[in-house]
Amino acid sequence: MNLDPKTPAGPLADKWNNHKAKLRLVSPANRRKYHVIVVGSGLAGSAAAASFAEMGYEVSCFCYQDSPRRAHSIAAQGGINAAKNYQNDGDSVRRLFQDTIKGGDYRAREANVYRLAQVSTNIIDQCVAQGVPFAREYGGLLANRSFGGAQVSRTFYARGQTGQQLLIGAYSALSRQIGLGTVKMYTRHEMLDLVLVDGKAKGIVTRDLVTGAIESWSSDVVVVCTGGYGNVFYLSTNAQGCNVTATFRAHRRGAGFANPCYTQIHPTCIPVHGEDQSKLTLMSESLRNDGRVWVPKNKADCTKPASEIPEDARDYFLERKYPSYGNLAPRDIASRAAKEVCDEGRGVGQVVDGKRLGVYLDFSAAIKRLGESEIRARYGNLFDMYQNITGENAYKQPMRIFPAVHYTMGGLWVDYNLQSNIPGLFVGGEANFSDHGANRLGASALMQGLADGYFVLPYTVSDFLAGEKSGSRPSTDAPEFQAVVKDVNDRVAKLLSINGTKSPRYYHKALGKITWEQCGMARDKAGLEGAIRDLQALKKDFWENVKVVGSGDALAPELERAGRVADFLDFGIMMCLDALTREESCGGHFRTEFQDAGEAKRDDARYAHAAVWQWTGEGQLPARHVEPLVYEETQLSTRSYK
Amino acid sequence: MALTGLVLAGFVLGHMTGNLLMFKGPEAINAYAAWLHANPGLLWGARAVLIISTIAHIWAGILLSLDNRAARAGGPAVDATRRATIASRTMPYSGVVILGFAIFHLLHFTFKAVALGDVSFGDDVYKMVIAGFSSKPVAYFYIISLLLLCLHLSHGVSSVFQTLGLRNERWRSRLDGLALAYGWIIALGFISIPLAVLTGYLK
Amino acid sequence: MVQDNGKEPTLALKLRVWRQRRGQPGAFEEHSLAAVPTSASFLEMMDMLNEQLIKAGKDTFAFDHDCREGICGMCSMTINGMPHGPIPGVTTCQLHMRNFRDGETITVEPWRARAFPVLKDLAVDRSGFDKVIQSGGFITVRTGSAPEANNIPVPKPIADEAMDAAECIGCGACVASCKNGSAMLFVGAKINHLNILPQGQAERDRRTLSMVKTMDEAGFGNCTNYGECQAHCPKSITLDVIAKLNRDYLRARVKEFFSSTGKPSKGGD
Repeated sequence: MNLDPKTPAGPLADKWNNHKAKLRLVSPANRRKYHVIVVGSGLAGSAAAASFAEMGYEVSCFCYQDSPRRAHSIAAQGGINAAKNYQNDGDSVRRLFQDTIKGGDYRAREANVYRLAQVSTNIIDQCVAQGVPFAREYGGLLANRSFGGAQVSRTFYARGQTGQQLLIGAYSALSRQIGLGTVKMYTRHEMLDLVLVDGKAKGIVTRDLVTGAIESWSSDVVVVCTGGYGNVFYLSTNAQGCNVTATFRAHRRGAGFANPCYTQIHPTCIPVHGEDQSKLTLMSESLRNDGRVWVPKNKADCTKPASEIPEDARDYFLERKYPSYGNLAPRDIASRAAKEVCDEGRGVGQVVDGKRLGVYLDFSAAIKRLGESEIRARYGNLFDMYQNITGENAYKQPMRIFPAVHYTMGGLWVDYNLQSNIPGLFVGGEANFSDHGANRLGASALMQGLADGYFVLPYTVSDFLAGEKSGSRPSTDAPEFQAVVKDVNDRVAKLLSINGTKSPRYYHKALGKITWEQCGMARDKAGLEGAIRDLQALKKDFWENVKVVGSGDALAPELERAGRVADFLDFGIMMCLDALTREESCGGHFRTEFQDAGEAKRDDARYAHAAVWQWTGEGQLPARHVEPLVYEETQLSTRSYK
Repeated sequence: MALTGLVLAGFVLGHMTGNLLMFKGPEAINAYAAWLHANPGLLWGARAVLIISTIAHIWAGILLSLDNRAARAGGPAVDATRRATIASRTMPYSGVVILGFAIFHLLHFTFKAVALGDVSFGDDVYKMVIAGFSSKPVAYFYIISLLLLCLHLSHGVSSVFQTLGLRNERWRSRLDGLALAYGWIIALGFISIPLAVLTGYLK
Repeated sequence: MVQDNGKEPTLALKLRVWRQRRGQPGAFEEHSLAAVPTSASFLEMMDMLNEQLIKAGKDTFAFDHDCREGICGMCSMTINGMPHGPIPGVTTCQLHMRNFRDGETITVEPWRARAFPVLKDLAVDRSGFDKVIQSGGFITVRTGSAPEANNIPVPKPIADEAMDAAECIGCGACVASCKNGSAMLFVGAKINHLNILPQGQAERDRRTLSMVKTMDEAGFGNCTNYGECQAHCPKSITLDVIAKLNRDYLRARVKEFFSSTGKPSKGGD
């Protein structure tokens, strides 16, 4: 496996500019002769598709939703970072770079992260010009707020829906090109496989979700921006449709999958309320600024209403364990602490699957200190959302929260050009692994998606195309396409024909239970080994006993789900294997064997590398390769919050 | 709809004001009628604008109603209305009744072709009106139709502001109130005459 | 809502759900569903119904849904005649079963509008909205050509007003609730967002005329000021955006009418 990162030479600050100057170009008259396929229409996909079309390439864009505007980038609440230094608080490209690389626990590629920080400022310019209604000061200039993991205010935001506003910006740019006829948009189309011709990515096979038609599409290059794999845990803050199929199918065709065990858990989500729950809802972390986290000291008190538990019977466990940071302990630490007390049987709220999984986030002290109106002004929308979902009034009784999966740092391996180890297959946004290392800082996901889509892929994909002969793309009648189409048809037919007894959702839930228990907030060797065995058994059971209702020639949500769950099952095994073989703790990956009294204990000597997995065939475990991480200008140090 | 509606809404105000001269006695109303007829240019000019506006209003209304009905594709099986007023939902119906009324009204008082018997009134409008409303069914038909006009105007006038973009959340309820008041003023102004005849106040 | 035993109350429901294949006539199907937790969302209740159908070997009801946190705009059900159900200001995915009674009969239908043909059961085709955006719902700015962001000051009240309109999630409840199947609230929101910002001025008239034309061609009905759209909008977008759309449209038409090229008209050749 060729894992050359192709990092340009020279000082960190000059790498991108030097590299851009050397990238090859395609002349304007020749660009329309190249066909670019973009899969996914979130921030990265929409931005890339729009940019390619503006440059003059022929573009086709695919998404499974009914409109490109619905991709899950839309759900990001908090904001987007950029090193503008509008607040005059000492921010700079280098500081954003340092914060991001430290936040990622020194497991990201230095040069990529620096480039991300560099282009962050262009993103804000681009979005403002598109009409994104960012928050403003009375003088009419842009407002900022601070966000976790940084000592400066560099986050731009649009009320609590920055993601939607940025996506509408990228979607409007994409829509303009669709209107001009330069992008052909295929909504309700799901990519089910990648086609390689002579070792290069030359097309995809899709299923039209409305008619069921399996179609193949030929192109000169394929750009995959299909998001993360958080739904491998079944319950997550991801959208229902988020899936790993596109990236995992590419993986099965030879693309390396990097660091699948890097998943991020968010501490302030609304707890699971029942067996039939389908989704976890995230509430802004800012709540921890004024809320105190506690559980009863005594298990017997867990059934009582919070108001009947006296002060001295409450365990403010974050304040107790981390006296200096208290309720503001970092995401991963706060999450693990909550899990520990619930595992001890001191959780609160509904009993789900034999456990009470929730801790109190109590605002009564803050309400006493600041008054209810002040709390309402600060968090009113969040309290309303909480009440809508739980039916409880958080001004009168404490909120209940529990951690949930909401972002995945791992993804398809890419080099500095965002090209995977398959030539012609480029990967952008959450779908790649490149920029966040083992942990992502708040307000950085939107930044990365747009950076890849607007400011990296247009350059690097052009460089690739310049090396391809125009008009050389194969016909979809080529045997390579026919073979993949047959594979896809066979798989769909197989899923529909098993006609067993259990629904795809049953398997998804069972998968989630295993991955969340053994590969969630805390992981250990025995648990992971058991999880791999359990997942292999579950996979076998799936292919013997799944029941997929509906027909192949119409909208068939169960068929869609079954295909996604099937890939998640294989992917889950790889994720657990990655967690098992990374014998250290870093960022979102916490191995209980490797800690200093609750602190993640990195092992830079053995694990300062990206683990890249290679598909070795059905029924076999994938093979592990490594890309060593070379730090030229960064001093590796320990994250400490004591 | 808005522009023609505005013309028609303006017309009914003028018409109503002229009618109220009934209460000043036969001389006033007859003099007004005589003045109108003495200025055929003005009279026919106004009539032309009215006729064109009415036809355009009806034509637009028919097209709008048909297209809107088709665009609804049958609507949901369960009908639930959260905010739309009775007035807004009955515009085509109130419109049809008002059209029927207007035709009857023209046959009644302009062409003197129905419901006045064989009596000739010459230029005495006052006497004609008293005779016209002496029939109870006719008077009641006028009153009901004018109440529907009130309904039609209350939604129509408020919609004019919306269509011309002269409305916002702050002013919405005030403008709606204004439109409703306008509808009632027009309706009560008109109704006062048949009512006065029925009760014997005007003879 | 949690009882002492940590369990929560449940509901037994009768459901009348629309069943339809694309291009064919549809009909209601009746189903009973027991033990629905009051904390479940409406879509989770539909998941339960579908799981029950799978157990019985029957096809599930197709419905659109994705983020399930009220922002993607994908979920689209008319519940007891009301798009997004009985609670104002929320999407179907944020509607919870505690708002229904035990034993209640609930009627679930797709969005009903000529411009939104049914794809299957409860899922409809809303591509008409995308077409409206494609015809003008953007500010033309090429990637990389944007000026420094703070070179364009936007007064805070203007930015806030644009943001109010931009909150639209494009779900289509406005069309579904409108007794005319009109899309004026959606188009008004989109036009307002861009037309009041300084960045949007260059294309203001062109955008307005083009989007209104596309809206009419897409088969949406006409606004007669019922106000149902505002009452059913999950983001509580107000009729103001329609008033302002009308204003901008009139303005653009008048300007177009009196527009001049500054050159004598040639005629002939």
